[in-house]
Amino acid sequence: MSSSLTQSDKRGVAGDRVFSALTVTAGVIILLTLTFVVLFLAANSRGAVYQEDQGGWIVGAFFDYAYPLVIGTLIASLIALLLAAPVAVGVALYISHYAPPRWSKSIGYVIDLLAAIPSVVYGAWGMSFLGPELIPVYNWLHENLGFIPFFAGDPSQTGRTIFTAGIVLGVMILPIITSVCREIFIQTPKLHEEAALALGATRWEMIKMSVFPFARAGIISGIMLGLGRALGETMAVALVLSPGMLTASLISNGNSTIPAEIALGFPEAPPGSERQAQLIAIGLVLFVITLLVNMTARWIVNRHKEFSGAN
Amino acid sequence: MTQTPTPTSVQSPAGPPQISERTSRRSSLTQNVLPSWLWMALLGAAVVLGAALSALLGFNLATWFIFTAVIYVVSSYIVTRTRVNKRRATDALWMNLIYLAFALAILPLISVIWSVASVGIQGLMAPGFLASDMQGVTGLTDQSSQTEGAPVLGGIRHAMIGSLLITIAATVISVPIGLMTSIYLVEYSRGGPLSRAITFFVDVMTGIPSIVAGLFAGAAMAWFLSVFSGVTGLLSTQRSTLGITAAIALAVLMVPVVVRTTEEILRVVPNELREASYALGVRKWRTILKVVLPTAISGIASGVTLAIARVIGETAPILVTAGFVVNTNWNLFQGWMTALPVYIFRQFQNPTSPNFSDPSEQRAWAAALVLILIVMGLNLFARLIATLFAPKQTGR
Repeated sequence: MSSSLTQSDKRGVAGDRVFSALTVTAGVIILLTLTFVVLFLAANSRGAVYQEDQGGWIVGAFFDYAYPLVIGTLIASLIALLLAAPVAVGVALYISHYAPPRWSKSIGYVIDLLAAIPSVVYGAWGMSFLGPELIPVYNWLHENLGFIPFFAGDPSQTGRTIFTAGIVLGVMILPIITSVCREIFIQTPKLHEEAALALGATRWEMIKMSVFPFARAGIISGIMLGLGRALGETMAVALVLSPGMLTASLISNGNSTIPAEIALGFPEAPPGSERQAQLIAIGLVLFVITLLVNMTARWIVNRHKEFSGAN
Repeated sequence: MTQTPTPTSVQSPAGPPQISERTSRRSSLTQNVLPSWLWMALLGAAVVLGAALSALLGFNLATWFIFTAVIYVVSSYIVTRTRVNKRRATDALWMNLIYLAFALAILPLISVIWSVASVGIQGLMAPGFLASDMQGVTGLTDQSSQTEGAPVLGGIRHAMIGSLLITIAATVISVPIGLMTSIYLVEYSRGGPLSRAITFFVDVMTGIPSIVAGLFAGAAMAWFLSVFSGVTGLLSTQRSTLGITAAIALAVLMVPVVVRTTEEILRVVPNELREASYALGVRKWRTILKVVLPTAISGIASGVTLAIARVIGETAPILVTAGFVVNTNWNLFQGWMTALPVYIFRQFQNPTSPNFSDPSEQRAWAAALVLILIVMGLNLFARLIATLFAPKQTGR
């Protein structure tokens, strides 16, 4: 009796069910992958903290191995951040408020080209061009400011120091911070800007009064995202830095970062050995650190989602 | 600094004193405005002075740039401060600093491209660079290239093939997962906890350090192989260093990029199209396949291309998962494999001939040039398809 309109179309229903199940599966696979990243790394790093023949738990030994690397990673990323953040905010302001509107889009592309250059190329550039160029600077810093611990110690004669690595990292995270800041600067309400200008504010006063208060959360999260990238960057540091012991001096050979240590050590580590477990364990430490930084950044962005474009 | 030139300022560009004498004849609007040529004069003076100062210290481009920038910024602040007022001076100061920031950001780009191209073009011109691998290239052949001027042997054929295969495999793995996930997020989820979790963790995944992805893929593959060989008794001695392991690592890095970009594209597909399709009695999955995806296909293609461009330059995950060899390996599931970025890294870090490293560096720079060209080409291609095949905005 039922008309063809209300008759159930069995094949179509199956198609709908299968398709929606497939999409859910894909989403769940992503969540599972992330869980497995943690599980596999944790399982494989057991050998770093527990060895039968060394009397069980060796957490202390692992800590002694890991903490100079963690500090080295933080030093390099902080240098990168201190150098890149002001420049990146300036570039973003240039693109959004100073450049001729007709050109601002192309200028944005040019800055994006910085992000398109592979990290190994930056590493090669830092090793063979930037490092040697900086040797006289390091010598000068050592002679004139040697009383500051950062510039004490013998200056490197190859220029392959943690400071050079920090500069290269700074260049690499610049486009990330710039693109987040640019997105959010553009979204400043036009009425706020025009009101400020109409009251007689200069362009800088307008930016200070209407753009920055609006964009503060976006700037912070852009910087955090840049920090996350700098922490995990491998190849540039592996090529630029000649690694060594932890030292306070930024201009002599020494220090190392977690990703560089893994990249340089892993191909030579025999599978299943304590050395490999150690490298995987510091990989897990790095993962946790970047996860915290990125989650904080995303949390800030999401909290201000309703008036930000940075997501 | 920006102002429209008035007749008076054009006729009497002779300097501030005369302007102040003629104040009565000028409109009060243009009274406190500096002449438009002033910044050029200051910049010119700063360039000359900067050159002179840097010549005192032993001339080089970097100190010249620094001195010029400092002199220009300070002098234009002082001039504006004395001739106009403090607020204008602050404004000019920050404007100059922002222009300076832009110049600072462009400098490394030019420098990187220059250092790659200056050596790389020469290496790229070496005969057989693209067509040969590194088999038969030893320290002795490199030594004779450097000391006796013999042609530089060896090339990147194996690295290009490795990169191509690994990237294709990563794309094949990650695009279905990424695309289906974004379809779930846009079409099926109604803001439930699962979709919020996926969105958040995809964002978090964007920030996974690439080397951690490599470690994960290596560990996962080793586990998989051990289980597999336990079941079938095969492959018991095989190591997890394979091309496919690298592809899995790259897929982990690609998925979040694919999800983010395709999600954005699917969200801008107009709802009227979906509703029109439903109104005709078309089922949801056919609507998605036949209406939504074709509308968004240009954006999806450009998003996937951007994701490929992002991972093709990755070195660390491939270094720890696929190793490096000198000969061409076409098989993703058997033996070690070299990718282009790893090739560059190895040629710099461990030159073929440690004492005569020039040929190795030349090959590395040439490979870097090829890699940059590939990545920039992919980026351009992505923008091109996004604009050329964009769905029409009007015309309903």
